[in-house]
Amino acid sequence: MLTKRIIPCLDIKDGRTVKGINFEQIRDAGDPIELGAFYAAQGADELVFLDITATIEKRKTLSELVNKIAHRINIPFTVGGGIKTEEDVSVLLQNGADKISVNTAAFNDSSIIKRFAKNFGSQCVVLAIDAKCEEDNNWYVYLNGGRTKTNKLVMEWAKEAVDLGVGEILLTSMNHDGTKQGFALDITAQLAESLPVPIIASGGGGNEQHFFDVFTKGKADAALAASIFHYKEVAIPELKQYLSKQGIAIRL
Amino acid sequence: MNIVIIQYNAGNIQSVLYALERLGVTATVTDNVETIQAADKVIFPGVGEASTAMAYLQERGLDKVIKHLKQPVLGICLGMQLMCAYSEENDTTCLGIFEEQVKIFKPNEANIKVPQIGWNTITHLKTDLFKGVAEQSFTYFVHGYYAALGEHTIATTNYVQPYSSALHKDNFYGVQFHPEKSAKVGEQIIQNFINL
Repeated sequence: MLTKRIIPCLDIKDGRTVKGINFEQIRDAGDPIELGAFYAAQGADELVFLDITATIEKRKTLSELVNKIAHRINIPFTVGGGIKTEEDVSVLLQNGADKISVNTAAFNDSSIIKRFAKNFGSQCVVLAIDAKCEEDNNWYVYLNGGRTKTNKLVMEWAKEAVDLGVGEILLTSMNHDGTKQGFALDITAQLAESLPVPIIASGGGGNEQHFFDVFTKGKADAALAASIFHYKEVAIPELKQYLSKQGIAIRL
Repeated sequence: MNIVIIQYNAGNIQSVLYALERLGVTATVTDNVETIQAADKVIFPGVGEASTAMAYLQERGLDKVIKHLKQPVLGICLGMQLMCAYSEENDTTCLGIFEEQVKIFKPNEANIKVPQIGWNTITHLKTDLFKGVAEQSFTYFVHGYYAALGEHTIATTNYVQPYSSALHKDNFYGVQFHPEKSAKVGEQIIQNFINL
């Protein structure tokens, strides 16, 4: 049976993880390679590395880092942050990334989704959507790391992107992100039930129950979190044991 | 041990190379016919689309070379599918090493996603490729087409319906999952192939 996936997300700035602190088991938790390998050994199903610097001059640094990660880690990983061109994608995939994620650049020019899917396959194109529920009770797409509001509805954009060829959607609820009060179950379930591609839920996971809820009520195929793993508020082995005992299909 | 990874227009070649490196094995990535034929073991990887990949192999004569190899050969993902007789992906005639047919997943209920992306179990394991690998072990899959069950099936996975997650005939082995991305289980399977 295909399992639900638990995905730690590592934010990278200038080649270092931003939030990775306080791990006794590893020498340098600021080192994305060490931290990624630690999570892989802990039973993470995939990893996401999000480069939040992603300036042009840093791109070479990122591809070198991706190459080192690929040498070390024996599970799939996605790389995102500032990807705009086929060249960007090609360099990352050649250095061993399994998937790339696009966000703002794809919204501003949706033809890149079609081109990436055609040239590299839908299976490696992940669309990241930063979503916010406004006072009118509708979910809107935000860009530029959540700084820029658009008038586009999340469902509308997700459907368009799937038609253009994205293979997965990483949905982050800005309303829930950082709250540790649980994932956005409604919008996650809406996307998961109406789209033919897997949905990765992100934002708000604070305890084991929240992950159970997002896989059941939220119908998510995967759940992503960052700081609760980094700060050891939730440990991956215990989380997976818990979910398995609750009857969720999980890789142990 | 001289291991060759066949280079062609399909992804994930680096990942296979790095997985071998983690096991302390160096491999050569090449499309040179003599080098491929002289290898002790050949790995035929692949992520991509069947008809484009077959056309590429045919242009370079690699289709016949692969088919007539005598040493152990391991096809991975698209590599395995190309070793079958036929793929529904763009109506492609494949190498015909395995008689099994490659078909598209047709979801029979809501909320079944295609392609299958993620970790699934492998069961009914046969041959030394799975030596020391427990029934119901998890491996990582990314695919929208599957090889049907047949006489050469040596591992079975269930998604939409049971299908061949590994095939074997003579010196040829194929796995639908990605051993290079399947954590410890995958490493064991690659090590087993090296030990064949």
